[in-house]
Amino acid sequence: MDTRALLAAIVAAAVGGAALAAGAPPAGDYVAIPGGSFKSVLKYEDSDRVGVKPFAIMRRPVTNAEFLAFVKANPEWQRGRVPVLFAESRYLQSWQGALLPGRNAQAQQPVVDVSWFAAQAYCEAQGARLPTWSEWEYVAAADATRRDARRDPAWREQILGWYSRPSTTPLAPVASGRANVYGVHDMHGLVWEWTEDYASMLVSSDSRDQKATDRMKFCGAGAIATDDKENYAVLMRIAMLSALEGADITANLGFRCAKPLPGKQP
Amino acid sequence: MRIALLPLLIATALLGACVKVESDGAKKAADASADSGGSASGDFGPPQGEPVKAVLTSPPNVPPATGRTAPAKVIVELEVREVEKEISEGVTYTFWTFGGTVPGSFIRVRQGDTVEFHLTNHPSSKMPHNIDLHGVTGPGGGAASTFTAPGHGSQFTFKALNAGLYVYHCATAPVGMHVANGMYGLILVEPPEGMPKVDREYYVMQGDFYTTGKYREKGLQPFDMEKAIIEQPTYVLFNGAEGALTGDKALPAKVGESVRLYVGNGGPNLVSSFHVIGEIFDKVWFEGGTKYQENVQTTLIPSGGAAIADFRLEVPGTYILVDHSIFRAFNKGALAMLKAEGPENKAIYSGKEVDYTYVGDRAAADLKPVAAASAAAATGTLTKEQQIKAGEALFAGTCSTCHQPNGAGLPGVFPPLAKSDWLAKDPTKGIGVVLRGLTGKVTVNGQEYNSVMPPMSQLNDDEVANILTYVHNSWGNDGKQVTAAEVAAQRKAGGAVAEMH
Repeated sequence: MDTRALLAAIVAAAVGGAALAAGAPPAGDYVAIPGGSFKSVLKYEDSDRVGVKPFAIMRRPVTNAEFLAFVKANPEWQRGRVPVLFAESRYLQSWQGALLPGRNAQAQQPVVDVSWFAAQAYCEAQGARLPTWSEWEYVAAADATRRDARRDPAWREQILGWYSRPSTTPLAPVASGRANVYGVHDMHGLVWEWTEDYASMLVSSDSRDQKATDRMKFCGAGAIATDDKENYAVLMRIAMLSALEGADITANLGFRCAKPLPGKQP
Repeated sequence: MRIALLPLLIATALLGACVKVESDGAKKAADASADSGGSASGDFGPPQGEPVKAVLTSPPNVPPATGRTAPAKVIVELEVREVEKEISEGVTYTFWTFGGTVPGSFIRVRQGDTVEFHLTNHPSSKMPHNIDLHGVTGPGGGAASTFTAPGHGSQFTFKALNAGLYVYHCATAPVGMHVANGMYGLILVEPPEGMPKVDREYYVMQGDFYTTGKYREKGLQPFDMEKAIIEQPTYVLFNGAEGALTGDKALPAKVGESVRLYVGNGGPNLVSSFHVIGEIFDKVWFEGGTKYQENVQTTLIPSGGAAIADFRLEVPGTYILVDHSIFRAFNKGALAMLKAEGPENKAIYSGKEVDYTYVGDRAAADLKPVAAASAAAATGTLTKEQQIKAGEALFAGTCSTCHQPNGAGLPGVFPPLAKSDWLAKDPTKGIGVVLRGLTGKVTVNGQEYNSVMPPMSQLNDDEVANILTYVHNSWGNDGKQVTAAEVAAQRKAGGAVAEMH
């Protein structure tokens, strides 16, 4: 058993427990991600590479069933009760009722139409948080066999293929596809996902600015430009996130949670 | 800039020399000294009257002229939609659009107008989008001001200071992909006096598309980033689909009408050599600017640029719009049609008058025996051998295409001359066939033929005699000699097309 598998086992034992025999991985099922450093598609001022500390991330995005349990336990996050400051009026609009996901929001489909605040509240209720962009990008760089498949044109084409599909078809259930090398599903090809620090990514809303913009003043070490112009697959996700405010929702935007590994400092 | 400016100055100086013969309007446009003043002269003051809602049209339609004589506040509402549509027969693509079409809705305002622009992004969109209008004065052309998430709307206002035909496009990262997916269109900023009147106006816009599958490979085709980066499009199209403007969807017009095309090029990569087969543009406002050039065959439209082309239809028929980088037209789809209906005008264009055989240079080398025979005939020393040689040379140009070089013909189509029982039955019959042709059923060597041989009236008596002598002395035929005198006699006798059977 290698270190990674061992860590995964520890995490599963610590937080999971109630593993189902078949079907989608159960709620709260986290996978341990070993730390490392990698070259982000974002250009950072202070360093060429981004360090990522070991952490745990949900095996797949949060589902409607799980989010239903959350709003039942936390009525202040129910549709109609949450202040518009934290979730715009279209929050959970695909649900039939405040406590009834209904036909257009099946139990095993990823929850969408959720604001950043709601997503963050969900994770906090789990003793977790949203992953940072770096964590998300680090895990999303993998394919089924490699931790960093980003240079492979096939990897990029596969992701762009999702962008090329119209969003009129219903979303697939979570974990329908193949897991990546860490055992994580749906980093690409299902929904957009909130990240904890989405608001500090600060890609200019006119991405063609090639030099530092005013925005730099507000984000000391933040990203001001992208470093990998060819990596459209990832660029698009950043563009998407930077178009949003914290109370916004979209029909293709969900989330998953992350947390520090047991016994490690956050 | 200085280099680019110099030829322009020369061109305008040359134009200036011709103004004497021009009308007043043309003089103004062509006179180098009378520039329009650009943006510095484009502010006609605050908007007057009630705000006007802009009429937007889908391609190939163009909104009516604004007809305004004073600056107005114009409200433009444009919706972004991501839609799966046919790019070619049986091939679909997920287009990102302004207004649901590729190219996007045509916007028409007047110089000096204050434009309140509303961009909405449909809730079903996967992507955020924005718009950069080349007709906007200000950083980004509106891009940063209109960055809009799915299910949101943005608003900004600009004053249209420069007249001209301008491209607009999405400028959200990754810009190339948004443009490649069809996010572009045209905005016309009319000069204060408006555009000269024409009978019809159409909206055509070129774009290049990159799919993972090959040209015409069926099914939903995703965007191919690698092909886009190396600039090798799968499709080059007018108005977003192969066949968008052909057949039943051809642009209609009538003979006698003047037609104006507002032509844009969205790119993302290719420059267009825009040409209409069978027409000459009377005027081209090149690059969509204020000056026009006259009598233009092909006009260059940059990626992210436009042109206005006027022509008048004198002759009915189908006129083909192409990118004259011509493989794009015939192998990648850059082809549209304009159909002009009306009476023929044979004085201007006759249509095909004559079809004749032309043997070209082959004659020079091979027809020496013909010349020799001709000379011998003149001196009365022509031999049968000379006739055969001359006949062989003439046969190769005139007869062999159908009857084949070996005289075998094509079974069921062209009768054989080799070992021909039909020819042997009456040796004089061949003369009449060559002189007057043959139509209808004949039976040769037991097989029936029903075809048409045109009269070989271009051949003189000597030549007919030589060809027939060659035929009678080849491929196992009877060896008979045919003389020019015999041919002359038959020609004189005249009569209808040679008898059948």
